[in-house]
Amino acid sequence: MVDNLLSILIWLPVAGGVVLLAMGDDNDAASARANAMRWTALAVSVLTFVLSIGLYTGFDNNTAAMQFVERAPWIDAIDVWYYLGVDGFSAPLILLTTFITPLVVIAGWDVIKTRPAQYFAAFLILEGLMNGVFAALDGLLFYVFWEAMLVPMFLIIGVWGGKRRVYATLKFFLYTFLGSVLMLVAFIYLYRLTGSFDMAGWMEVPVGLTAQKLIFIAFLLAFAIKVPMWPVHTWLPDAHVEAPTGGSVILAAILLKMGGYGFVRFSLPMVPDGSRYFAGMMIALSLIAVVYIGFVALMQRDMKKLIAYSSIAHMGFVTLGFFIVWHMFGESGAVLGVSGGMVQMVSHGLISGAMFLCVGVLYDRVHSRKIADYGGVANTMPVFAAFMVLFAMANAGLPGTSGFVGEFMVIIASFKANPWFAFFAAMTLVLGAAYTLWMIKRVVYGEVANDHVAALEDLNRREFVVLGILAFAVLLVGLWPAPLIDMMEVTIQHLVEQAGQTKY
Amino acid sequence: MYSYYLTIVLAPLFAAIVAGLFGHKIGRKGAHSITIGAVGLSCLLSFYVLYRMYWGGAEPENVSAYTWAVSDGLRMEIGFLVDRLTALMMAVVTFVSLMVHVYTIGYMHDDPGYQRFFSYISLFTFSMLMLVMSNNFLQLFFGWEAVGLVSYLLIGFWFKRETAIFANLKAFLVNRVGDFGFILGIAAVVMFTGSLDYVAVFGQAEEVAAQSIEVFPGSPWNAMTLICILLFIGAMGKSAQAPLHVWLPDSMEGPTPISALIHAATMVTAGIFMVARMSPLYEFSTTALAVVIVIGAITAFFMGLLGIVQNDIKRVVAYSTLSQLGYMTVALGASAYGAAIFHLMTHAFFKALLFLGAGSVIIAMHHEQDIRKMGGIRKYMPITYWTSLIGSLALIGFPGTAGFFSKDLLIEAVRESHWHGAGAVYWIAYLSVLLGVFVTALYSFRMFFLVFHGEERMDKETRSHLHETPWVVTVPLIMLAIPSLVIGWYTVGPVLFGGFFGDAIVVDPGRDVLAHMGEHWHGPMGLLTHAWQTPVFWLAMAGLATAVYFYLLRPDLPAKIKAKVEGLYNLLDRKYYFDDLYIKGFAAWGRGIGTALWKRGDQFLIDGVLVNGTANSVGKLAGVMRQLQSGYLYTYAFAMIIGLTMFLGWLIWFR
Repeated sequence: MVDNLLSILIWLPVAGGVVLLAMGDDNDAASARANAMRWTALAVSVLTFVLSIGLYTGFDNNTAAMQFVERAPWIDAIDVWYYLGVDGFSAPLILLTTFITPLVVIAGWDVIKTRPAQYFAAFLILEGLMNGVFAALDGLLFYVFWEAMLVPMFLIIGVWGGKRRVYATLKFFLYTFLGSVLMLVAFIYLYRLTGSFDMAGWMEVPVGLTAQKLIFIAFLLAFAIKVPMWPVHTWLPDAHVEAPTGGSVILAAILLKMGGYGFVRFSLPMVPDGSRYFAGMMIALSLIAVVYIGFVALMQRDMKKLIAYSSIAHMGFVTLGFFIVWHMFGESGAVLGVSGGMVQMVSHGLISGAMFLCVGVLYDRVHSRKIADYGGVANTMPVFAAFMVLFAMANAGLPGTSGFVGEFMVIIASFKANPWFAFFAAMTLVLGAAYTLWMIKRVVYGEVANDHVAALEDLNRREFVVLGILAFAVLLVGLWPAPLIDMMEVTIQHLVEQAGQTKY
Repeated sequence: MYSYYLTIVLAPLFAAIVAGLFGHKIGRKGAHSITIGAVGLSCLLSFYVLYRMYWGGAEPENVSAYTWAVSDGLRMEIGFLVDRLTALMMAVVTFVSLMVHVYTIGYMHDDPGYQRFFSYISLFTFSMLMLVMSNNFLQLFFGWEAVGLVSYLLIGFWFKRETAIFANLKAFLVNRVGDFGFILGIAAVVMFTGSLDYVAVFGQAEEVAAQSIEVFPGSPWNAMTLICILLFIGAMGKSAQAPLHVWLPDSMEGPTPISALIHAATMVTAGIFMVARMSPLYEFSTTALAVVIVIGAITAFFMGLLGIVQNDIKRVVAYSTLSQLGYMTVALGASAYGAAIFHLMTHAFFKALLFLGAGSVIIAMHHEQDIRKMGGIRKYMPITYWTSLIGSLALIGFPGTAGFFSKDLLIEAVRESHWHGAGAVYWIAYLSVLLGVFVTALYSFRMFFLVFHGEERMDKETRSHLHETPWVVTVPLIMLAIPSLVIGWYTVGPVLFGGFFGDAIVVDPGRDVLAHMGEHWHGPMGLLTHAWQTPVFWLAMAGLATAVYFYLLRPDLPAKIKAKVEGLYNLLDRKYYFDDLYIKGFAAWGRGIGTALWKRGDQFLIDGVLVNGTANSVGKLAGVMRQLQSGYLYTYAFAMIIGLTMFLGWLIWFR
């Protein structure tokens, strides 16, 4: 076990990104130099992933305390620390990040023609910053990573995006920035209360009920926009549609998870009474996300938009699982709900990433995301079709795939909270299957629809590797989720205790 | 025995993976060899398990394979519960599956998707075994959905056909409506028992039945009734009970071998099996049983009627399957679980036989399925003719055949089940299954005569090529015809009255019709000699006679009758307008809601008014504010004076 593993996981990719930037770009994507840069990017991201395995092997499942802790003074004057550590919430998400990033690098390999080095650099830096968000235990440090992360994402959409990328980036930036500014205000309030930015201290300190409600709302805006929850979700479809494939993958797989992570790291333990006060509203919003967005997804004509909406519906399960904690009346079930929500986050990272990659494969060939431009893809791309059907089934929550695990746990838990919660949540069984498989019917099956489809070539080796690895992961988590769940169990029990207490 | 169970389950999975992923490497021969070998092995071992369970007197086994996950004290495991109920199902599933595998060599001979097809049906066998061998609700749901997935893939096997990919989407979605209830039922089980394990759940059945839950404020429901009805909604989807039956006839778009295997013999009976498996729960809720029996009765009678007007050879058999599933469901509702499972078994043989026979005809007719274009095929295809005759006789319950024993006793059980009182539920159920016998005989032999007898209505080209199908097709027909003919004779006594199921099926002694009937049981010969005294026999004969009259003696009559009762005919032809309701109603409404929420909600209200509206307002406000920054000294001075005045005013009046 390396002493400063977390620092390495943060700064290694950032350094790799900086090196790529320093090497300067080569607009001839086929040149030897561009090739060297690609391999550098891949090497760095794979090395980061390999190192992050130490996070799994060295992780102690039996404690809720922070592990791999690093602590050094940063700004003495206001008592800010460079303070890192992981528990059962953050470790799986860091692993997800380091797992997805190399895949994104491979997926963008020779697809990105303009400024490839900068493209890969942006993703590497983004990876480091995302790891920073998950590992930070000091409020200000967290905030710095949280905001810094927006910059590479902003550039990825703004530089390598589609036609309406400027509108999408602005919407994305303003939306998320607006939320985080209020979060900063809440941070400063808590800092004034404790005299420190130590997040553990914020969980301990008593806060009045009114203040808790206000802080909750401030947090809510920041996190709900990231998740995104209805009705602050409309930036997501736009951002996804305009983002390049890799950007969409990271956006769906990791960035959205920051919102869910924020709820379990900040809202629930720091302002439990505020959270309890708003729990009913949160559950209602989650169920609206599942049902309302499910219907909206049904009617999308753009594949990326459809998957974006399906992401919102799936993330509804995450927030539902988190906020039914207070409906259990002290019985068991609360841990199951939170656990289900966490599994759903990881699983959604894999599945939505895979779905966006599938659309990317088609887009690279036909340059269209419109469902109507396809039909009968299975005739010309049988291997691709097999992958796409598998991921679609996972998206529809088929048992045996990771998509089922979280939904199952949340539905079971929410039935105990209130059968009607489960009733609305379970509607995803029908809606999710309807919008996903209807798309599959129109895109993958049928007669060859047009000349573009007739000219399609099946997956190349690079695409096959990426989708194959994701398929393996989706099935592994679906068939044997125990390792993932065991990693989080004790941490979640601790969280449920924290959320159950009164601290005003 | 654990390693045997693992082999039984995993061999087909392994074969499916090899045939699916490396199909192009191992070729056609490789694909069918490995899958048939694997399913054959499963079948052999399944029969060995059945042998040990019944003749060897082995105890039921409950073993855990691995822990899927543990959270919050809830153990989610994968494991096997093998008792006689399971063993019987395993034997039926693997035997029919093996026959279908062999048959497929002939049926799919020219198909480019040969290896893929074998991969799918092997995967299906794996999924179905996981379902029946499960010892917990989680794995049950896994198997439940996995067979649904394979069914989806196989209905849409010819994915270029628009009708096929419509049918498979429809099948999946309708099944998902059932699963919606099913998963809520599982959630309710966990809520009241805190466990997913069958044994643990059944052990608490009595306590659960004593609890109630207020789903709607002010009206407490019995917990067990809620659980059982929710679970049964799942069974309605999978076993195609009205009103969730609409997917099964359309599923005939798939290749015939899978219609036999999945949509007749095994998968669609999963719901029946599930309710029988859950008998320790259902016995605590007479309300749920009443629901079961009514749904079953409606399906049994009304779906049978639809079979009379169908012209597609496979659809006739499909409606017959719906009707027979209704029979099984009625038996479940009458607490005669044993009779349901017994009928499930005999039905698996003769219905698979009928489908494969139909498939044999379809091959010979070069994939023509319209019975109006057939006729007189008897002399070209003798093996198919005789085996189909056996299948049809078994279906109508002709004395001596397997179907006779299962159906006759099933109806008898319903008649004897007086616990429903002599009220409406009882009469609906009893009259439905009784009149259903006439209907069954009529549509079965209508099809039989139209296909095999009478005028040869096919074109010359087809007729010149008509000949018996190859041995890979006819051998499975013969292999299935044998049990269809004789298995009832040997198994009826032990299975229904010999306590075959042991503790696997629990029935309240006060309602145990089968035990009651067992007191008067004098062996299969006794039943056979008294057959002609029952209304069942005469109704079947009447149906057969009607078919003979209309389709052999006076083939001109049906068209005339049809013209006379056009309203009724349309009602049947449009399948009671269920499809119209679902497609033009629910599906269209769903799309309408989606469009409205998207355009009005997301685009207009949230984006238009709130997001971009805010942005516009800020922009406009900024425009107004910019006016103030005019750069003229007097504007600023004026503003300062106003500000000062207001400040002073506030100091004077409010402080």
